[in-house]
Amino acid sequence: MQRGPLFCPTDQFEQLLSRLKEAGYKLLGPTVRDEVIIYDELHTAQDLPIGWTDEQDPGRYRLKRRADNAYFGYNVGPHSWKQFLFPPKEKLWTAKRQANNKLVVLQETVPPDEKMAFIGVRACEIQGLFVLDKVFNTAQAVYQQYQQRRENTFILAVNCTSVVNTCFCASMNSGPHVKEGYDLSLTEVVDEAQHYFLLVVGSEKAQALCRDLNLRAATRTEQELAYARVQQTVDQMVRKVDNGRVPEVLRNTLGSKQWDKVAERCINCANCTLACPTCFCSDTEEVVSVDGAQVDRWQHWESCFNLSHSYLHSGTVRSSASSRYRQWLTHKFGTWWDQFGVSGCIGCGRCITWCPVGIDVTEELQQLQEEYDKPC
Amino acid sequence: MLDNVLVPKLYEVKSNEKESADVYTLTLAAKEGTDEMTFLPGQFNMLHHFGFGEVAISHAGDSSCRGQVVHTVRSAGPVTEQMSKLKPGDEVGVRGPFGSTWPLDKEGSDVLLIAGGIGLPPLRSALCALIANKSRYNSLTLLYGAKNPEDLIYREDLRRWQEQGVKVVISVDQGDANWKGPVGVITHLIQKNIRDPKNILALICGPEIMIEFSVKELEQAGVAAKDIAVSLERHMQCGVGFCGRCQYGPFFLCKDGPVLPYEKLQHWFWVKEL
Repeated sequence: MQRGPLFCPTDQFEQLLSRLKEAGYKLLGPTVRDEVIIYDELHTAQDLPIGWTDEQDPGRYRLKRRADNAYFGYNVGPHSWKQFLFPPKEKLWTAKRQANNKLVVLQETVPPDEKMAFIGVRACEIQGLFVLDKVFNTAQAVYQQYQQRRENTFILAVNCTSVVNTCFCASMNSGPHVKEGYDLSLTEVVDEAQHYFLLVVGSEKAQALCRDLNLRAATRTEQELAYARVQQTVDQMVRKVDNGRVPEVLRNTLGSKQWDKVAERCINCANCTLACPTCFCSDTEEVVSVDGAQVDRWQHWESCFNLSHSYLHSGTVRSSASSRYRQWLTHKFGTWWDQFGVSGCIGCGRCITWCPVGIDVTEELQQLQEEYDKPC
Repeated sequence: MLDNVLVPKLYEVKSNEKESADVYTLTLAAKEGTDEMTFLPGQFNMLHHFGFGEVAISHAGDSSCRGQVVHTVRSAGPVTEQMSKLKPGDEVGVRGPFGSTWPLDKEGSDVLLIAGGIGLPPLRSALCALIANKSRYNSLTLLYGAKNPEDLIYREDLRRWQEQGVKVVISVDQGDANWKGPVGVITHLIQKNIRDPKNILALICGPEIMIEFSVKELEQAGVAAKDIAVSLERHMQCGVGFCGRCQYGPFFLCKDGPVLPYEKLQHWFWVKEL
């Protein structure tokens, strides 16, 4: 397998996407829709947000035109890749009465020839996929549809060369550099003088794809420039989390007044959980045919911000907004460690951008930490 | 096809016995093509009433009796209400067993089971196992509290357990003309049923408020946190830790629980709306 990074001109990058399509992959990636960069099917490289960039702040997202024609000159939008592996709605099984009056229960499966290629996966997002892998494959069970889709997905990763104000992957140890978990990794270098991709092959699948593209090895200068473009983003990130201390802080501030304070602003809209690449809560629903002969069991996304989430026959356990916000934050940054051995947060900042009232998790954590560290 | 724990297996209702006005006991057996289930006391199944939905119900049966799955259910919502109408021969879907089990290993201990209302069924399977191995323990005591005499369930079992050497103490919140036993919350009878707090193994199941008061009484009497186990309840759905609904602090009650040692729970137990 080709080891070193390759120099990939932009036209060869476009060829690469065509090759993927010809190989039977459904291309999914960033595209502009309704003034936002979302993830949807791509037909060619031209569907990418070429020449666009984004500005993000708590509760704010705007697209702006770039001076260049960068394919990946923006960060992440409200969509995450989880919607393609763990769909918002998924049928689990069907029960129906056969001709011989026998009731049978049939499991839903993913068609074996369905395969997807995720175009432009960021380092933090790869970490997000690793996190979901741990959630859905445990000693108790394997979420089979997720597993199958995941195994059939080609990951074309992209190293970020710019950040927005809401990024904090560096302090969450999930970026900016793409280190593993990819088939192909690209770094886009674009300025007045040049426009190319540094390409690293990460799998046999990718190796086969790049074979007839005739890409030459990247020079030392090209490699160093690409690396520097990614590395510079570390100091550009304005937000951070004290990841090492936060689990202890959250464990010991369950009774803080801070929860009531943030609850005064939180409208329990669930945007954060919908945008979050690692949120995995779900609900199930019984759908019965009109004649009662068939029952379908459906699974769909649920949010801990909903009253239904903690519903018991005796009443909803987390009925106050404070308790629900506390559940979100203490789980994501705290108890997720107890459950899965990693943080639930990948530092992508989506929850900050897409909160309608601009609640910033990094700020909430900082306030709790200050309270915890204050000498009595 | 791989065995998928999210897909129900077909079971047949063998009997549906009424225990009280709103409580009934279903006995189920695996249909042809489904393997017999083995379980441990404290675990639960997800029971699926096709067309209505699925509910989490603890195993109430004797874990050493193969082939019979026993569930005592209270009509508390749309699914359990419909399930109360099940007749022998009807089909239900079953997934399980899920969850953790009652810790029954403290040799020579005075085992104190504290059950409130519908908290008795999950302790019934523990009691079957304890009685079968009676020589391992110094004594077995069941404290069972109900709202009123009509709500008492397992009347035959209660008599039989006494004959088998279990000290059975029943208290009701409100008596009636015929009630001759103790009146008041069951938690008030805990301390007087502790001879040596260091020798106690306490197993508690019932409404959360009852568990809280029970733990307080036990601690006041000098019982150590490590000798107390409780069975907690939250919204159970998938049974395997995927749906996130049963979370209680760091614990998934469907796999880390529902039975948890109080020692592990202490940090979280007293937090409101956890």
